[in-house]
Amino acid sequence: MEKRNAILQLLFSQRRLETSDMARMLDMSEEEVQKEIDQLEKDHVIMGYSAMIDWTKTPFESVKAMIEVSTTPQRDRGFGRIARRIYSYPEVKDCYLVSGDYDLMVIVVSKNLQSVAQFVSEKIAPIDGVLSTRTHFILQNYKVNGVTFSVDESDDRETVVL
Amino acid sequence: MIGRHNETNGLPKDSANEPITRLSSRVNSIEPSGIRRFFDLANELKGEVLSLSIGEPDFVTPWRVREMGIYSLEQGYTHYTANQGLMALRNTISEYTEEKYNLTYDPKTEIVVTVGGSEALDDAIRALIDPGDEVIIPEPCFVSYKASVGLANAVSVPISLKKENQFKLTPEELEAAITPKTRLLILGFPNNPTGAIMDQSDIEALLPVLRKHPQISIVSDELYAQLTYGEARHFSIANVPDMQDRTVIVGGFSKAFAMTGWRIGYALAHKDIAQAINKIHQFVIMSAPTTAQYAAIEALRNCDSEVEKMVNEYNYRRRYIYRRLLEMGIECFEPLGAFYIFPDISRFGMDSNTFCERLLQEQKVAIIPGSAFGNCGEGHVRISYAAAFETIEAAMNRLENFISSL
Repeated sequence: MEKRNAILQLLFSQRRLETSDMARMLDMSEEEVQKEIDQLEKDHVIMGYSAMIDWTKTPFESVKAMIEVSTTPQRDRGFGRIARRIYSYPEVKDCYLVSGDYDLMVIVVSKNLQSVAQFVSEKIAPIDGVLSTRTHFILQNYKVNGVTFSVDESDDRETVVL
Repeated sequence: MIGRHNETNGLPKDSANEPITRLSSRVNSIEPSGIRRFFDLANELKGEVLSLSIGEPDFVTPWRVREMGIYSLEQGYTHYTANQGLMALRNTISEYTEEKYNLTYDPKTEIVVTVGGSEALDDAIRALIDPGDEVIIPEPCFVSYKASVGLANAVSVPISLKKENQFKLTPEELEAAITPKTRLLILGFPNNPTGAIMDQSDIEALLPVLRKHPQISIVSDELYAQLTYGEARHFSIANVPDMQDRTVIVGGFSKAFAMTGWRIGYALAHKDIAQAINKIHQFVIMSAPTTAQYAAIEALRNCDSEVEKMVNEYNYRRRYIYRRLLEMGIECFEPLGAFYIFPDISRFGMDSNTFCERLLQEQKVAIIPGSAFGNCGEGHVRISYAAAFETIEAAMNRLENFISSL
């Protein structure tokens, strides 16, 4: 179990590691590591893999917005049905039920401001049970999933005798 | 009045050729550091060199600690503190030491906050020894011990620790080094450069010898105390009741809390010794930097999880390098503390200096020759894993290339 947690920590640590590297880092054999990973995937503990990308450094243009959605929950179905109608769109990258002044926090990525606005007004706002939406466009990524953006991480330690 | 430059024909005299003034024999007796020379070489190649040579954490000080330093400046805490250090910091050190190591020191009289562990070390040596006294220094070890002993006009008596003993000090080696002039033993565990640790049974083995020679004090350099891996735990000799009063613990923040640049550490000792240390400290230093002292309080109080994270990361790298070295066929003792590994390179038929110089020239990887840490370090090299994993991985690939080219 401890090894399993360590594997998850390493996979979650925002770096690219070969199975052989993980084996060395955890003092396991490569086969053992692969077996654990296979099992974690099978159990849907590991849901997928992705890279952290600073899209602003690529030619691809995209705009990200956080949308607060207030709804009226439906009898027997709670928020699930409305949420599903929203998150099924590929433009929706994240969708959370939250406590507080509104109900759903929806994160949408699209190619420009207009297309996001259009998506919200044409696809989300008209859904039955959606009372209101508030859209916040993301202006700058400072830190995403634990990764700090736009920092110089070069090793500038000076030499010192010790 | 003597100017800073002796003018000759209006030009400053070339100070490299002729000393401007007579220097003390004490300072002249200090040998230039072997590491320094090596770094100069590495600096010429800067940019393309992968460095596993630096003995300091690659992590930045935890944000909450930095933030506390900033806050203290905002509050205008810019004055001297008490010579011995802020009372609040001494209280915190006392609580931390009690909680983590089950050791009791009175914050009023037995704790001195210093400019890094290095100052505590030098103060302690000067407080305890007279000219001509002998100081036992198990080697390989941190480069400052010998220099500090020399500056106190005392005599270093090195013990060559052996790989087959996992670079631990044994009672036989200790006994053999003791003479009627022996006044001090310096223990540096977890060890720079070998990564060796001394656990409870290792320390207990030394006790009969030390009890037989009550005139010997001990300076225990415990800068890396928090950095041990697996089941292994550092054991302080001060945990032995009849040894505590004979021991000065040198502690610090640089390594475990990644606070090297703050220059903050401390000495823990019986009040008679602590007050003697404070005598030196108050005239040489006055008081440790105030901003660093406030930051240090936060480090001790609220950074356990940050330290644990760093220790985990060091452990991943440690195991990675150890395995890579074995896979390359390099004989290596498994280090259990600090952030160094000390492989044996003697089978490649060159001394450690040549090995490191060639590795630097041919593959642009900087590591430190073992001979820099004492004669018995010859045949070994020190690799620091206080560097990003990607750097370590690339450096290991280059080391592998280098070895297969031999």
